[in-house]
Amino acid sequence: MLCSKKVQARSAGTMKLSRWTIPLLGTGLSMLPVAAMAEGMPQLDFSTPLTTSQVVWGAIIFALLYWILSRAGLPLVASVLEERGTKIARDLDEARAAKASADAGMAEADQATAKARAEAQAAINAALDEAKKKAAEQAEALNARLEKRLQDSEAQIAQARVSAMSALRQVATETATTVVTRLTGTAPDAGRLDTAIGSALAARGIG
Amino acid sequence: MAAEGSSSIDALGQFQLHPALGGIGASVNFTQSNLMMVVASLLVLALLWFGMKPRAMVPGRLQAAAELAYESMMSMCVEQIGPEGRKFFPFVFTLFFFILFGNLLGVFPYFFTFTSHIMVTLALALLVFVLVTAVAIKEHGLHFFSYFLPQGIPMVLAPLLVVIEVISYLSRVISLSVRLFANMMAGHVMLEVFGAFIIMLSGLGWLGYFPAGLSFGLNTILIGFELLVAVLQAYVFAVLTCIYLHDAVHLH
Repeated sequence: MLCSKKVQARSAGTMKLSRWTIPLLGTGLSMLPVAAMAEGMPQLDFSTPLTTSQVVWGAIIFALLYWILSRAGLPLVASVLEERGTKIARDLDEARAAKASADAGMAEADQATAKARAEAQAAINAALDEAKKKAAEQAEALNARLEKRLQDSEAQIAQARVSAMSALRQVATETATTVVTRLTGTAPDAGRLDTAIGSALAARGIG
Repeated sequence: MAAEGSSSIDALGQFQLHPALGGIGASVNFTQSNLMMVVASLLVLALLWFGMKPRAMVPGRLQAAAELAYESMMSMCVEQIGPEGRKFFPFVFTLFFFILFGNLLGVFPYFFTFTSHIMVTLALALLVFVLVTAVAIKEHGLHFFSYFLPQGIPMVLAPLLVVIEVISYLSRVISLSVRLFANMMAGHVMLEVFGAFIIMLSGLGWLGYFPAGLSFGLNTILIGFELLVAVLQAYVFAVLTCIYLHDAVHLH
């Protein structure tokens, strides 16, 4: 037992100088594989049939494990994973379908809203137009009435004016006759007076 | 696992094979290594069986673990090998979890690590090698042998390169098996040695308490390291298998 003597010597060294412990342990360790080889490994001890028989048994156990895993164990996991995969895929499809129908509903609602808005706008426009037309008609009727009244009034005024003007000539003639008679004592010549009054009236734009 | 007595470290005794399951096991040379294989296999099956039992739409913890195991291996197969990887998924799954549970069980005290036996890892590597070669020949027939002749090289170099390629192809078995075996063995030897240190040093009286405590701390760290190595080596084995299968399916 060469190796154990070495190690014993090293552990004796640690007694005296414990700060050498780690380097010594390291050295001891690095020597070990070599020492192990020298000593003869149980792994290579073919004097016992167990060294090879373990391989035979190992092959049987490994084959059995492979057989059970590939027939039962792994398909079990695969089936669960597949189940989950299909479930997730199905749920995703369902969610996608729901989203599509929701989108369709949304679009429909949007369309209906737009339609209603357009209808409302049209109704508003129609009502506005009607109201405008009505207002215009009323305004026109009012205008016409007012115009008519205006014209009537103007006609009345013109008539009144004409009558007033014709009266004016008479008044002027009478006044002038009276004034001239008072001043001169004689009545003016009716023909000349009429002419003078006519020209005076014409000069003022009347008559 | 600890050394008998305080004067020697029996770092390799832990790898000694014994018959398990009493007289029946002894009569058929069923070892404790095989017992751990059975335990590991049962744990893998239990994980899937009890994990997937609820068949829940929203998985619980155990079911999530089982599904993660399934999906991580599946994605590894498909990513490394290609769409054809689904065919090899059960094999890669079995391989990875057989090795992973074997490695992890070994970290428990008094448990045997069957992946620390070169014969076991060699058998697994040979299985992978035979499978890869069989797949390659089935997929490509005799054209498979063109794999050993890299394209676009001068014919003068061909004999040399073919030899190199064949050697590198064959050495996959060695590298696969030795990597796993050496990693597991080294870790367990180190654990054993530090465990023995604790006993030896604490036997020295008050002077030994500090280094014994230090060894204990180191062993604690090593256990964590072992957990990492256990997962990593199982992953490396599985991922290399996938890469070899990719080569077999696609040839380069």
